[in-house]
Amino acid sequence: MKILVCVKQVPDTSGVVAVNPDGTLDRASMETIINPDDLNAVEAALQIKDETGCKVVVVTMGPPPAEGMLRELEAMGADEAYLISDRVFGGSDTYATSQIIAAALHKIGIEDDDVVMCGRQAIDGDTAQVGPQIAEKLNLPQITYVGDIHKEGNKITCKRMLEDGYMTIEVQTPCLLTCIKELNEPRYMSVGRIMDAYSMPLTVLDNEALKDEPLIDPTTIGLKGSPTNILTSFTPPQKGAGTMLEGNGAETCQKLAGIMADKHII
Amino acid sequence: MPTYSNTDTAAYKNVWVFCEQREGKLMPTDFELISEGRKLADELGVKLCGLLLGHNVEGIAKELGGYGADEIIIADDPLLEVYTTDGYTKVICETVEELKPEVLLFGATNIGRDLGPRCAARLHTGLCADCTHLDVDMPLYMDFLKENSTLPENRLDLIAKHTVKVLGEDHDTTRDLKMTRPAFGGHLMASIICPRFRPAMATVRPGVLAKAPFDQAKADAVAINKVKANITAADIHEDVKEVVKAAKKLVDLVGADYIVSVGRGISKDVDTGIKIAQEMADVLGGVVGGSRVAVDSGWLSPDHQVGQTGKTVHPKVYVALGISGSIQHKAGMSDSEFIIAVNKNPNAPIFEVADYGITGDLFKVAPLLTEAIKAEKAAK
Ligand SMILES: Cc1cc2nc3c(=O)[nH]c(=O)nc-3n(C[C@H](O)[C@H](O)[C@H](O)COP(=O)(O)OP(=O)(O)OC[C@H]3O[C@@H](n4cnc5c(N)ncnc54)[C@H](O)[C@@H]3O)c2cc1C
Repeated sequence: MKILVCVKQVPDTSGVVAVNPDGTLDRASMETIINPDDLNAVEAALQIKDETGCKVVVVTMGPPPAEGMLRELEAMGADEAYLISDRVFGGSDTYATSQIIAAALHKIGIEDDDVVMCGRQAIDGDTAQVGPQIAEKLNLPQITYVGDIHKEGNKITCKRMLEDGYMTIEVQTPCLLTCIKELNEPRYMSVGRIMDAYSMPLTVLDNEALKDEPLIDPTTIGLKGSPTNILTSFTPPQKGAGTMLEGNGAETCQKLAGIMADKHII
Repeated sequence: MPTYSNTDTAAYKNVWVFCEQREGKLMPTDFELISEGRKLADELGVKLCGLLLGHNVEGIAKELGGYGADEIIIADDPLLEVYTTDGYTKVICETVEELKPEVLLFGATNIGRDLGPRCAARLHTGLCADCTHLDVDMPLYMDFLKENSTLPENRLDLIAKHTVKVLGEDHDTTRDLKMTRPAFGGHLMASIICPRFRPAMATVRPGVLAKAPFDQAKADAVAINKVKANITAADIHEDVKEVVKAAKKLVDLVGADYIVSVGRGISKDVDTGIKIAQEMADVLGGVVGGSRVAVDSGWLSPDHQVGQTGKTVHPKVYVALGISGSIQHKAGMSDSEFIIAVNKNPNAPIFEVADYGITGDLFKVAPLLTEAIKAEKAAK
């Protein structure tokens, strides 16, 4: 049994975000991090590994520097890593991305007792679409928004969290789960593994390696394979700064309440 | 090379809204989507249809007509009573393939965001996630861009020309659904189109689109179209063991007219901080919300979170107590009608979006403001 975890390296949108004059993101100037929800998926996989001794395989699609992230995940406890990387994969939307990742997972091989895990969503696009779309392309049952996992043989029971409660759902492996941050607290890299990580297995899958996969086709990958197009991107205008009231005592508060009453909002 | 049957975009017509029900009750966002769908259907000159899946749900269908639906397509089956990804995906995709809508909208609820991508992948079409604004009509879209972007005139003029290059060829955007959404934590906005395939699909963020006034005559007039749900138990690979409603009543931030939110600023005395926020909310007739820090620290439950990864709110009044105003927090509240911020740091970014700001200790200022509001209300 193995768990295949899909992870993404993302720009740290909580730090300084630089936007080019043409409205695109200046990625070069931004720090990259492991997508937060994906770390919860890795942790969930490692917990099952701790219990069962199964193998944990991390998979990412991205530019060559994403290798550093994969090494960090191996230092956390992953056993093997795959980097899906090729120029022709660039410009893919969620549809094309999931098509390529699904092809790679198929190439790596999904056995009857395997589980695929993803984070709920990546903080750059916030789409939450790639997980379910991989599941569809691989014809796997999916459980999204997973807040709790139990594994018993080939039976996986999860809580799918909803806005107003949760559903408890049971599926058979192989299946795909998307994990939320409430699921667990990701562990740190193990000091002992940090040095070893660089000699652990890491395979690059480029277009050449994947081209015979049935899901890979010039019409389904990259820009050509993306059903969506960006019409325009832009930065929202800053709202004009409001009024800073003087002082902070009772008088100031009375003045503000008076303004609210005059505007009929209270 | 595979060929796709949904490239003949002219063969697709009408706007559809997936109307999510849980335990036989429509979700509030269904009414927002139907109201918005009406606008889009009028811009396209087509019909607006609600798509309702469930068991014994005909009774709740008419209400959707009251917000502007011309027709409700109902797929009724015991196997659809409780949501399953497999069951709903199959029935929706088969209905779409048969009746060919050009636009298909879902609420971006957890279920909508489970279902939408699965359907889009099966239908081989584009899906835009968690949209906050939709247009078809070009002049309306240009008005939106003029007001909500910093794009220079020459770029706006190019977009207004209705023609873009798609895979090297000229494409006419007149009938495309322009789906606008925040990206990169709200630092950027993007408008997405799905030019080559139909239907164009979007999930839409709950709480951002306005609900139309309810019209009983329209509700009475709505057409009901029952379609066969071609589904057996063998099609569904998920076994739903139980559906549990949260025991505690969740706070209705999205529907609230008044929200008093707290952030890390209450950390030195959390109980008092929440109490004074609650007192202000009570006087205003509203609810308490919070920043992610307030939620992650366990001071408030997750349903209270405002922002990028929480709720988008647009109350009449939003009061931010001890919240710095990160871009992610602002993404969820900057469209509030009237914003008050109390922060001891005069340079806190929250003041950039506030209509009125007070520099000071929230533990002192907030109770005084509550008293002052109470007095104004009593004087009326
Ligand atoms: C992917 C991602 C998604 C996110 N999504 C969200 C989201 O949905 N919502 C959200 O809120 N955040 C979100 N965040 C987190 C966000 O970046 C900020 O960390 C968070 O909003 C900060 O919360 P805060 O303002 O309460 O805390 P802080 O930034 O620590 O600010 C506390 C403020 O309180 C003031 N203060 C302290 N004591 C007092 C006092 N006694 N009186 C008055 N003022 C006082 C301080 O001056 C300070 O300005 C997200 C982050 C990421 C990376």
